[in-house]
Amino acid sequence: MSKFGAQCKVDASLPQPMSEPLPVTIIGGYLGAGKTTLVNHLLRTAQGRKLAVMVNEFGALPIDEDLIEAQGDDLISIAGGCVCCTFGSDLSAALIELGKLPVRPDQVVIECSGVAIPSAIAASVTLLEGFAPDGTVVLVDAETIRTAAIDDYIGDTILRQLADADLAVINKADLVDVPTLSALESWLSDTAPRAKTIVSEHSKVPLDIALGLGATPIQSQQMGHADGLFDSIALPCADPLDGEPLAKALTDPKLHITRAKGFFDPIPDGPRKALHIVGHRWDITDSPPNAPLGIVCIGVKGQFERDLIRKTAKEAL
Amino acid sequence: MKTTVYSAKNIVTMNAQKPDASHVAVRDGRILAVGSSDEVATWGPYELDEQFADKVLFPGLVEGHAHTMEGTLWRYVYCGYFDRMDPSGTTHRGNTSIDAVLEALKAAEAKMDDPDSPLTGWQLDPIYLDNKPVTRAQLDNVSATRPIGVLNASGHILYANSKALELASLLKKGVNHPGIPLGADGLPTGELKGPDAMAPVSVHVGMSGSIADVDERGLRDFARLCVRTGVTTVTDLAAKLDPDSVDMMLRVTGEPSFPACVVPLRFFLGLSPKELVPEVARLKKLSTDRLSLGRIKLVADGSIQGYSARLRWPGYHNGAPNGLWYVTPEQMLELYELALEAGLQIHTHTNGDQATQLAIEKLELALRKHPSNDHRFVLQHCQLADRAQFTRMAALGMSVNLFANHQFYWGDEHYTLTVGPDRALRMNAARTALDCGVPLAVHSDAPITPLGPFFTAWCAVNRLTRSGRVQGEHEKITVDEALWAITMGAAHSLHMDGLVGSIEVGKRADFAVLESDPRAANPEEIKDVEIWGTVQGGRVFAAADV
Ligand SMILES: [Zn+2]
Ligand SMILES: [Zn+2]
Repeated sequence: MSKFGAQCKVDASLPQPMSEPLPVTIIGGYLGAGKTTLVNHLLRTAQGRKLAVMVNEFGALPIDEDLIEAQGDDLISIAGGCVCCTFGSDLSAALIELGKLPVRPDQVVIECSGVAIPSAIAASVTLLEGFAPDGTVVLVDAETIRTAAIDDYIGDTILRQLADADLAVINKADLVDVPTLSALESWLSDTAPRAKTIVSEHSKVPLDIALGLGATPIQSQQMGHADGLFDSIALPCADPLDGEPLAKALTDPKLHITRAKGFFDPIPDGPRKALHIVGHRWDITDSPPNAPLGIVCIGVKGQFERDLIRKTAKEAL
Repeated sequence: MKTTVYSAKNIVTMNAQKPDASHVAVRDGRILAVGSSDEVATWGPYELDEQFADKVLFPGLVEGHAHTMEGTLWRYVYCGYFDRMDPSGTTHRGNTSIDAVLEALKAAEAKMDDPDSPLTGWQLDPIYLDNKPVTRAQLDNVSATRPIGVLNASGHILYANSKALELASLLKKGVNHPGIPLGADGLPTGELKGPDAMAPVSVHVGMSGSIADVDERGLRDFARLCVRTGVTTVTDLAAKLDPDSVDMMLRVTGEPSFPACVVPLRFFLGLSPKELVPEVARLKKLSTDRLSLGRIKLVADGSIQGYSARLRWPGYHNGAPNGLWYVTPEQMLELYELALEAGLQIHTHTNGDQATQLAIEKLELALRKHPSNDHRFVLQHCQLADRAQFTRMAALGMSVNLFANHQFYWGDEHYTLTVGPDRALRMNAARTALDCGVPLAVHSDAPITPLGPFFTAWCAVNRLTRSGRVQGEHEKITVDEALWAITMGAAHSLHMDGLVGSIEVGKRADFAVLESDPRAANPEEIKDVEIWGTVQGGRVFAAADV
């Protein structure tokens, strides 16, 4: 038998203002798919967003040297107010410790171990007051995934990981030819049926796609998307609306919305609500009272049609 | 230099050159001579100690797979189904119905002063109680005002009352977790399955985050259990061994009255293979006579009755999906290579036969890179290995420590539910292991099942399940083979067979002091050999006094 303990140690604890639960994005995928590279990429492009990275791996925190500001026993500080720590299998205890940090992060990123099942991690996040799962990103090594998926030992684990994905990132896409890539995309539509698939090289997935738009989506959208690969649209939502039909309409695959997040006043009258969309999944939760109205949708440039989204949204309301 | 000679009714040495003797001479905690009184007298003056004149001295027993945290668990309420002896020697009656469990908890509750402090139980196993989990409502009857948590025998399920759930903010509708079943009212039933589901509640029911690590009092208590069961060398198979815990273990085992040698294995967690190997090499140098450090524990898969072990085709008998890996094949290989290179030993937990296969294949690869003649890498549990796997293990120089007790406690469930009739027969295949030439030990995995090597030997010899059925006639081993497994076999699995495991000149003076000769016991009675106490490093410990 075996049990584990948390490894984050934080002494200070300050009362927190009333706010939305901390969004927790889970990054899964087999060894070598590029999870660590993605985490470093996100930290590098965080643009003022304070990320708390939790790593479920054996050993040294895999954070690039130049990002590290200070290194404690189990917790390292990263430029821009980000932190990183490892946990054994006691994720809950590590998250509870994280909640006691003197500075509240904007977002939590969990890098799963190569054999972890993301839905199990997401389920334990739902048990903790103050945290909410915010999408599962599963990375796929374009070169090796098809072989790995039929491996006697780890094949079924990899298939379970993909089945949990909201976003499937085909990584190292530069290493395979076009027919292989399109075959991979159609294979993923079966093996990761819930997921929106995106293609990347060197794990360069834009922050807004991987982690969503943060607590103030309208503001983040106004800052623009640096890499130019992604496009977004803001639906103003000045009038009260019925959230459920809107959410269902926006998750229609033909709209190619990768993520959406924003706030609206519901019909019939009630407190302000938040809408979250990741891949094909949506969720409506309570909103902080004064969150700015409006929903931002983002997706891959080229596939994403602003007019179609506007039209669909209008029809749904 | 003082020499003490003990006379005994018989001394069973487990040394084939001189299987029996009447006297053993001890000097500096080691065995100076074994033989007749004339033979031991050739070493010069001695003091004769006749307190064992009507006892049988047997080599101190070696438990090759236990967890010292059992010592800590005994401070909670015992809720198990079977009678079980605590560190003070009191046998707690088994709770053979849910009502009995609740009564035991109520009795403990009545003795508590502080109305808010948690009530904690352990070792509940609903498999024996109509397979119905204990509910929140039942535990609320014990107390609705203090938090209550009862650990399942597996250590991986917790049953909580309403107050405990409330403190963890889980007493609400809409909880959506596969490990947390909901009742008709939409609220959790109180059953929390798996470490993730347990974690938010454990802290409120008096179980700290790291129950894996024994505390100071727990370690002393566990050692008392060792004396009562004839054990003088005991493993702590998955220790975190952080600096505080190492200091504590060094200090406690160093106390003059500490009666056992503890062998903690550093768990592969928190450090990468490249960091772990030098750390364990460093720990090894801190070893003392009573704390032997420098071995690694790796967990490959889960458990069979938890359906988390990795099985080969045809998988689980009831159709459950295959289990979980706790390590990637790549990490296993890397750790094997680095440990072989550094000359450190790894014990790998494999329950399912696919996990066993993976370990065999990865070790074969690692050995090609770092050929090692006497690595003795051990597969722990290794419950479902078949003959082909034992053959390969022998060829690679691997050892096995089988979970013989499992056959008794859960053998019936393995037959009907988990693996089905065919593979149930070959579970913990001790006969096949020996026939293939794999060095054999057998274990209790205490606290999962009770510490007691003679009981473990009985399990391997008789292969009886709890319902009284012989499961795997062909896999029975003889009494002599089983006695070897709990002494020399287990010592060999720890590279300690030159030091303990037999009563032989030069070895540590470790004896189990018995009322009768276990070799003479009927196979069905070997578990009933009466134990007076132990001698460890030449120090005498009567069970009645610890
Ligand atoms: Zn164990
Ligand atoms: Zn184990």
